[in-house]
Amino acid sequence: MTTNLEQTIEEQFETLQILNVKGEIVNKSADPQLSDDELKELMKRMVYTRIWDQRAISLNRQGRLGFYAPVAGQEASMLASEFAMEKEDWLLPSYRDIPQMVWHGLPLVKTFLYSRGHFEGGKIPDDVYTLMPQIIIAAQCTQTAGVALGLKKRGKKNVAFTYFGDGATSQGDFYEGLNFAGAFNVPAVFISQNNRFAISVPVEKQSATKTLAQKAVAAGIKGIQVDGMDPLAVYAAAKNARERAINGEGPTLIETLTYRYGPHTMAGDDPTRYRTEDLDSEWELKDPLVRFRIYLENKGLWSKEIEDEVVETAKEDIKKALKEADQIPKQKVSDLINNMYENLPQNLQEQLEEYRKKESK
Amino acid sequence: MAQMTMIQAITDALRTELKRDENVLVFGEDVGKNGGVFRATEGLFDEFGEERVFDTPLAESGIGGLALGLTMENYRPVMEIQFFGFVFEAMDSVAAQMARLRYRSGGKYNAPVTIRSPFGGGVKTPELHADSLEGLFYQTPGVKVVIPSTPYDAKGLLIASIRDNDPVIFLEHMKLYRSFRGEVPEEAYTIELGKANVVREGKDLTIITYGAMVKTSLKAAELLAKENIDVEVIDLRTVNPIDVDTIVQSIEKTNHAVVVQEAQKQAGVASAVIAEINDRAILSLEAPVGRVTAPDTVFPFAAAENVWLPNEKDVVEKVKATLNY
Repeated sequence: MTTNLEQTIEEQFETLQILNVKGEIVNKSADPQLSDDELKELMKRMVYTRIWDQRAISLNRQGRLGFYAPVAGQEASMLASEFAMEKEDWLLPSYRDIPQMVWHGLPLVKTFLYSRGHFEGGKIPDDVYTLMPQIIIAAQCTQTAGVALGLKKRGKKNVAFTYFGDGATSQGDFYEGLNFAGAFNVPAVFISQNNRFAISVPVEKQSATKTLAQKAVAAGIKGIQVDGMDPLAVYAAAKNARERAINGEGPTLIETLTYRYGPHTMAGDDPTRYRTEDLDSEWELKDPLVRFRIYLENKGLWSKEIEDEVVETAKEDIKKALKEADQIPKQKVSDLINNMYENLPQNLQEQLEEYRKKESK
Repeated sequence: MAQMTMIQAITDALRTELKRDENVLVFGEDVGKNGGVFRATEGLFDEFGEERVFDTPLAESGIGGLALGLTMENYRPVMEIQFFGFVFEAMDSVAAQMARLRYRSGGKYNAPVTIRSPFGGGVKTPELHADSLEGLFYQTPGVKVVIPSTPYDAKGLLIASIRDNDPVIFLEHMKLYRSFRGEVPEEAYTIELGKANVVREGKDLTIITYGAMVKTSLKAAELLAKENIDVEVIDLRTVNPIDVDTIVQSIEKTNHAVVVQEAQKQAGVASAVIAEINDRAILSLEAPVGRVTAPDTVFPFAAAENVWLPNEKDVVEKVKATLNY
């Protein structure tokens, strides 16, 4: 074999697409062959999540919710990948990945409490295998290596899935997490949702690499780039990565090419400062719900009636969860103190007494 | 009872806990086959196998994240930061992640992680090996910081740290690793975290100290005894949280106090100890609390260590100045 001085790695990273923007299967051999019920369920989740996103944005504007990072545009990237997870697979989400937590079993009310900054939002129920949303953009990558090593040591047939953005791939913890996962050959799936902008900084300014998927090469693990607006491609890649993981074939980095239609968060970000309307429109044409709806309608699996029903259910669930969230007692400093250590040291015991007195007034 | 160095007592504690609890995992850089750069994990790889005692890639943040992740599957990680100066690389995984896990999850998750790490001056290491950075973690709610000063304390405190259900940073002074032996029981025993130890009783002045400065302070106390000055020495053992009751009790008796630490004046926990004394015992004092510390520079290059580190003469001088105030 000869080595070419001009050789680059990019040609190995083509984008996997199965369903095109017109809702046509363009890559039959990669079609994950989901059953009719599964296809409908995935569509239901995407529709539901878009309604929820719209409601969350308006509730935030009314002051009824706090911190919120919009998800519209990323439904396929988020939900079709989570769709490949089993119940006892661990999820390590970032702050935007609240929908995956819910479809992984977290009650909606918890997400509202988290958004409001109530610690009850982070109290994950016993049978839900997720960590709380991560704020430090790549810290979950090193933790994923640990969770996955734990799963491997326990001999479980489960996988740790983690989500992060394009910007996170610039942080050291991303590389350390991938490298640890590769070195220990653990069942982990790393999903970089490349929505093109880390708040305002375009992905082209994050790195000289043409793809984020190719960063897997340095860690000696599998990397794949998929059309993140294509639910079938995202699902197929995640399912394949999961299977490889439980078969002991090692971790995978999946890059999903996607777009967030809204701002970075609801805390004052104005995307018109860094994105053009042309770019927004270009991506809206790739919308995951639009193409999946066509695909399902052509199969006779979806109709306006079904969609309306999902929309109504979503609205009802949100109303109910909000009501529930409103009934949770307000947080006190004494609650905070009690959640610091198993056994409170003297300084906190004293402060607990102090705050209890204040709180009883 | 066996005579052991501190490093042997540490290995003994690790072996005890690896045997007792199959969820205990020991890992870090060179801790496997090599037995650790100081041989703290000597023999453990052979005895317990790579499943329990293993090397990691050389990345401190990764090691911290790995530890937190392993707790999700109910493991009890004992991770090593090879030298504590490297902890800056792991600040996020320790201070931002482990320390907050219990609160962030409303008490659902906790991080029973022990972070062992060598530190301390006097052994002429290169830069960023010897720094006294305990003060950073005194200022980190959610963790505990333990610093043993004898082989006996090292074993009992390390076992207690490993069994603790919150993150504990266990700092091992390099100068103490092999400089002397002490009696260490063969069986498992624990020393309560957060409790100080009166290592010498006296009536004239209280020295509050920890780590290698315990030995330095005891030497100073002996020199002072020749001049009929009777000094009490308190070894904090745990510097987060600080055992204020033991300190206050002693000062109520002696009415004088000097805090001795190897860390710089602006670092360590001396200012915290003085603030607690101010809050709780100021009316018992006949003089301002004295402080013996290193100066507020970065930790020096090896050739300057001897002039930089506090020594027993500094302690003797400060004790006299405080008594003669």
